[in-house]
This record gives sequence, structure tokens and C-alpha cells, in this order.
Amino acid sequence: MATVTAPRPDSALAPRSRLGRLANFFYVRPRLALAALLGPPLVWLAVVYLGSLAGLVLQSLYHLDSFSGKVIRQLTLATYADLLSETENYRIVARTAGMATAVTLAAALVAFPLAYYMARYASPRRKGLLYLAVLLPLWSNYLVRVYAWEIILAKEGILGWFIHALGLDFALNALLQTPVVGGPSLSTSFIGVFLVFLYVWLPYMVLPIQASLERLPRSLLEASGDLGARPLATFRHVVLPLVMPGVVAGSIFTFSLTLGDYIIPQVFGNSSFFLGRAVYVYQGTSGNIPLAAAFTLVPILIMALYLTLARKAGAFDAL
Amino acid sequence: MRSSRGVPLNAPTARARTPWLLGVAAAAGLLFLNLPFVVILMYAFTTDEHTFSFPLPGLTTRWFALATTRGDLFAALGLSLQVAIGATLLALVLGTMAALAVANTRFFGREAVSFLVVLPIALPGIVTGIALRSSIGLLGIPFNVWTIVLGHATFCIVTVYNNVIARLRRTSGSLLEASMDLGANTFETFRYVVLPNISTALLAGGMLAFALSFDEIIVTTFTAGQQATLPIWIFSQLTKPRDRPLTNVVALLVVLIMAVPILLANRLTLDQSE
Repeated sequence: MATVTAPRPDSALAPRSRLGRLANFFYVRPRLALAALLGPPLVWLAVVYLGSLAGLVLQSLYHLDSFSGKVIRQLTLATYADLLSETENYRIVARTAGMATAVTLAAALVAFPLAYYMARYASPRRKGLLYLAVLLPLWSNYLVRVYAWEIILAKEGILGWFIHALGLDFALNALLQTPVVGGPSLSTSFIGVFLVFLYVWLPYMVLPIQASLERLPRSLLEASGDLGARPLATFRHVVLPLVMPGVVAGSIFTFSLTLGDYIIPQVFGNSSFFLGRAVYVYQGTSGNIPLAAAFTLVPILIMALYLTLARKAGAFDAL
Repeated sequence: MRSSRGVPLNAPTARARTPWLLGVAAAAGLLFLNLPFVVILMYAFTTDEHTFSFPLPGLTTRWFALATTRGDLFAALGLSLQVAIGATLLALVLGTMAALAVANTRFFGREAVSFLVVLPIALPGIVTGIALRSSIGLLGIPFNVWTIVLGHATFCIVTVYNNVIARLRRTSGSLLEASMDLGANTFETFRYVVLPNISTALLAGGMLAFALSFDEIIVTTFTAGQQATLPIWIFSQLTKPRDRPLTNVVALLVVLIMAVPILLANRLTLDQSE
């Protein structure tokens, strides 16, 4: 004999505890509950983050008085005029964008075989280990990884020793004699900067490519083979187009991170400026926050353009 | 036909042999990613005080003993822990709230919330850094530990948010309804049904937030006053090397310390997908 216990009227209709009353209050007003839940994080992000970004744009409209060295808080486009009239700034943007492009392309080339092996050939156990071997560098301390390359690239260091032991000194010298990218040593040339950038951002490229390869149905590859395509043709016409969104997704990270970094070009390379470093020096040493703010809008604009193109390529579904 | 070229006909069940060129390229990429850690391990024990000479002239453990006597190092470590704990707690609260709101309700601008949460980490760090610095400066707030925490919490929200929302999507809504039908109010349902369900996601997100904050340098240099976090200490050694053997030891210790939360977080997210 099952008897249905009627809910105690006091608990269902008039909760005794204050918390219970509050729960009921929100339960009958779902919009208000949503606002209470969403309010704090949204206020935080809107005030702290969007507010700061707005403040940045505002400051780019101020101007530094060159005589008094003080920032004049009046809206003007003079800072932008300064930014655009300086030819060195164009060179800095071109240098940074060029480096970001080179790093991104190289990262895609190095990451692809590794991701392909992980997704297609590794046993589940080995795949787990490989995943960790990519994840640990990604999450380990950025500065320590940069420091490791200071050790590796040092003249008396480990890479130099190996090159010498293999009798490849002539090749290294030839490489360092290359105009533009060469320099007195590996660590003080653009080649060194490039290597460190490539190393530091590579995991960001491996993971999205691997994820999109995992999603590639095996039946498509079999169908392509059954229709007579050789492995290379299958790769070219089936695998590559389907994995491209993953590559673009990875490239968002490698490109954006290279654009904004100011530490690696400071530790390695000759002293020529990259975007991040220029912004850092403008706001710090020269105290010209309006110019730094205006210059910061350049990577933001480049990234906005990049993200728009990436969205068209379907990269957002691959993130 | 195809089996004559060495590819088994039953390819889906039998694992195909790795083409040697692919194997070599994958191994090279893997070595490139991980050999620098071997270098870090090696140089923590070198006897060479002034250069990075290789092969190592000799091995010693005395730099580890030296590290324990350095006050500045411990102060930096303490500050980093303090900041990371503060930022993680804030990110846990804010990230969970945002995830609950987005997962349980449909509302106008839902996509925008996800976008806003990801933005601080998607934009180059220097943008976040200089935006915070110039605005904090504009408001006349002094730079101290709290401004560092403020910056870190902002970009740490995303790790908690992503982990929690992924878990909530897999949690069946009928569980919540059952709990409410049995007479639990919203808070009790959260305490006894939702929280146990998302606990490992919270832990994983929290670990990643902690790791993110503990390692951060780009935004930190902009939002810190005179305080030195551990990354700032390492950075000063990178630009003006004074204590080279000590830096080698610190580098190794940081790698070892950080491996713990990362491996744990990985473990926790693996469990949830199985």
C-alpha cells in the first residue's frame, strides 16, 4: 500500500530558513536569477577588461607635450599623426608581422607530422603519452623555456658544441652571413629569435591540428583509396582541405602570441624593435603612454582582420 | 590489389605501419619540444658559474643548498603563490557563475559572454597589460599585490569557465529536475547535486588557472609595482644575469613544481571524458 506523503506545507510554501525564502524568490523570477548569476563575472569583465580597453583607446587620443613631458588630457589625433609619420614604425610593424608569419608557417610544418602520427598511427597508450609530451611544454613556465634556449644558443653552449663536433661550422657561418636574418651569432640574430618563437608556440599548433585529424572519418580516406587515389593524392585532396580549419585555428595562437611578445626579442636578436618591445619602451622609458596606446591598436587591428579571415576559413569550429 | 602494395585490406582493425619519413619527422618534432627540459635538468648541476659551457666541466649539488639561503628568492616565491591563490579563487567564483548562467539559460547575448570570457587570453598579452596599466594609472590607484591579482583573475576566468561549462553540458538536466521535485531548493540542489558533479572540473580548471597565474610575466610586469613575483625574478636574471647557477636551479625547480598541477589537471579531465 503506497501512500503518497504530502509535502509538508511549511516547507513547500513558506520555507522557514532565510536561504530557502531566497531560493524561492529567485525560482519564480528566473530572469532575476540569471542576472544575479551573470552579474558579477560580467561586471568584472566589462569593468576591468573592456573598461581598460576603452581607457586605452581614450589615452591614444591624448597627446604628450614634448616640452613639458606631460600628457595633455585633450582629445586630439596628434598622437596618431606622430605614429603614422614615423617611418621606423612601419618597419617595426613589417618586421613583427614577417616574423609572426614565418613562425606560423614553420610551426604548421613541424607540427603536422607530429599531429598526424598522434592521430593516425599511435596506439591509445602511446597517444596519451605523446599528448602529455605536448601539453607539458605548453603549460610549463614560459620564461624557463626561453632561458633553456639562452643556454642552448650560447656561443660556448650545447648547440655550438654539436655543430662543431659534426664539423658543420662552415654551414653555421654561411647561415649567419645571410643578409637580414644573419648576425654575429645564433642568439643575436633573427634566426635565434625565430627558433625560440617557434619552440615556445609550437604546442599551440600541434593540439588543434591533432584534434581536427581525430575528427577526420577513416571511411573518407578508404573511399578515396578505393576510388584509386594514391596516398599522396588522398592527402592532397581529402586530408589537407578537411584539416585546414585546425591549422588556421593553431595559427591564430602562433600569430597572435608572436605579435604581442616583447620578451624574446629583448633577450635574443640584435636590438632592433618588434611591436611589443616598441610599445613597452614607449610607455616605460619614454613615458609616452598615448603613443604606446595608439601603437597597441596596431596588433589589435591586425588580429581583428586575422580573426575575420579565420572565421571564414571555419577555424572557430576547430578551436 | 592494395594488399599487394603492403597495405592490409582490413585497415580499420589492423594498425598500419608508420611510414618512416613520418616517424622521423614526428620524433624530431617531439625531441625539439622536450630536449630543452633535459638541458635545464643538466645545467642545474653544472660547476660552471659564469658561462653555459658544454660539455659540463663538473657536477655539483651546492647550488641547491645556496638557493635555500636566499631571502629574495623565497619572497618572490611567496608572492607568486599568494597572487596565484588569490587569482584562482576569484576565477573559480566568477568562472563558475558565468558557466552556470550560460549552460542553464538561453538569453540574448549568450554568445557574447563566451567571447568576453575568452578575449583577455585571445588578445596579445601586451594589449591586456598596457590597457590595465594605463587605466589603473588613470584612476590613480597605486600598483601593488592587488593590481597583480586583478589582472591575473581577468585572464584566469576562462580556464575555469571552459572546464565547468564542458562538464555542465554533459550533466543531464533531469538530475536537477529530480532534485527540485524531491523538495530541494535551488541552493540545496547546487550544494548536493551540481557541486559534486562539477567538482573535478572545478579542480582541473582551478589547477590550470593556478598554473597560468604562477607563470605569467607579460601582464604582470605592467600591473606590478615594486613587487617581484618569481617570473619577474627570473626575467631580471635573463636580462641582467647576476646569479647564473642560482637561475639554473630555480628554472629546474619551477619546471618540477608546475608539472604537478598540470599532470593532475590532465588526469582529472581524462577521467571526465571516459
